[in-house]
Amino acid sequence: MEGEVVLLDFWPSMFGMRTRIALAEKQIKYEYREEDLRNKSALLLQMNPVHKKIPVLIHNGKPICESLIQVQYIDEVWNDRAPLLPPNPYQRATARFWADFVDKKIYDLGGKLWRTKGEEQEAAKKELIECLKLLEGQLGDNPYFGGKDFGFLDVALVPFYCWFYTYEKFGRFSIEAECPKLIAWAKRCMQKESVAKSLADQEKIYDFVLHLKKALGIE
Amino acid sequence: MEDEVVLLDFWPSSFAMRVKIALGEKGIKYECKQEDLFNKSPLLLQMNPIHQKIPVLIHNGNPISESLIILQYIDKVWNHKSPLLPSDPYRRSQSVFWADYIDKKMYGIVRRIWMGKEDQEEAKEELMQCLKTLEGELGDKLYFGGESIGLVDVALVPFTTWFYTCERCGDFSIEAGCPKLVAWAKRCKENYQSVSDALPHPHQIYDYVLQLKKKLELA
Repeated sequence: MEGEVVLLDFWPSMFGMRTRIALAEKQIKYEYREEDLRNKSALLLQMNPVHKKIPVLIHNGKPICESLIQVQYIDEVWNDRAPLLPPNPYQRATARFWADFVDKKIYDLGGKLWRTKGEEQEAAKKELIECLKLLEGQLGDNPYFGGKDFGFLDVALVPFYCWFYTYEKFGRFSIEAECPKLIAWAKRCMQKESVAKSLADQEKIYDFVLHLKKALGIE
Repeated sequence: MEDEVVLLDFWPSSFAMRVKIALGEKGIKYECKQEDLFNKSPLLLQMNPIHQKIPVLIHNGNPISESLIILQYIDKVWNHKSPLLPSDPYRRSQSVFWADYIDKKMYGIVRRIWMGKEDQEEAKEELMQCLKTLEGELGDKLYFGGESIGLVDVALVPFTTWFYTCERCGDFSIEAGCPKLVAWAKRCKENYQSVSDALPHPHQIYDYVLQLKKKLELA
């Protein structure tokens, strides 16, 4: 039996999208609760007192924090369908390594593209393209990072796809021109209902960032 | 066929100590290769081209990088004894959460303390907050893992060998603020040979930092 599943989330968050995708892949019914990050709910502060961040997955009243930890948890509990991590320990370690690479690099570099200008922005753009190319290299000739099946690293990276439009507009470049195979992979993932339903609309993300920049007083 | 296990190491690194403890707990024979981080070996650059950091575990020629990923790999492959992670998915998610918390906090804070720049006071406060939070998680248990050491104990205990250095550089007492945590660290070293073998003497770390500061012209 599923139990009660609640997700505390914020619609533009790539991290929340990972968990949404994993829940959808496993066809788990859950309650989605939108958080206002300028006015965090008592529930969020209670369920994630350490980091006070979303997403928070609450399963039968018990919280699990950090998106990659949530995806692994979901994979382990609902292990009878749509496996995300491979059974082989070395392949698991490799998937985890690259998901960790995404965590260490993509979010901050992408953020610099819309938060900064001039040299800092150019440097971030250059590094982001390098990182995306490295990830593209990992794909090889496979349809997914998980091989012939959609897996853990696909879940970890694909949410950033809806932010690419924002990165491209601020950075004045085309990710598809630099990494055509990666964009082909992302479009392939978008054919999956779990991904299409979990990712935000890219234009809405761009509008959100425009508003956020104004609110933060960033030119 | 016997396993070939090599560890690319740097003796003062808390991250490398984690791996040594895990290998010790599992009774795995391995070759330890000391790296000079100012003059990295071709093997290190080949085995971890992305981050070019230690520790790197090389198992039958296959490299695994990032200490927490290495620990989980070791736990899965050598699952015959001394489990580092619980079998219950929820408890496992909590162990990984706290290990991730330690990863997010400890290295940066400790570095800011021994570097001794304008942010040292702030770093000292953050250290005490962080350790108090961890003390809360430990509660009345002997170890974070319960009756025996687990992932969180292995993730944290190496940093305790840097406490003396923090105290000397920051002119404060960690034991005064966090007696339970210091007692826990002592317990780990006294009851687990894998821990006492892996951790250098705190004075050795201090000597290393003094030399490093000279080299970086921070003395």
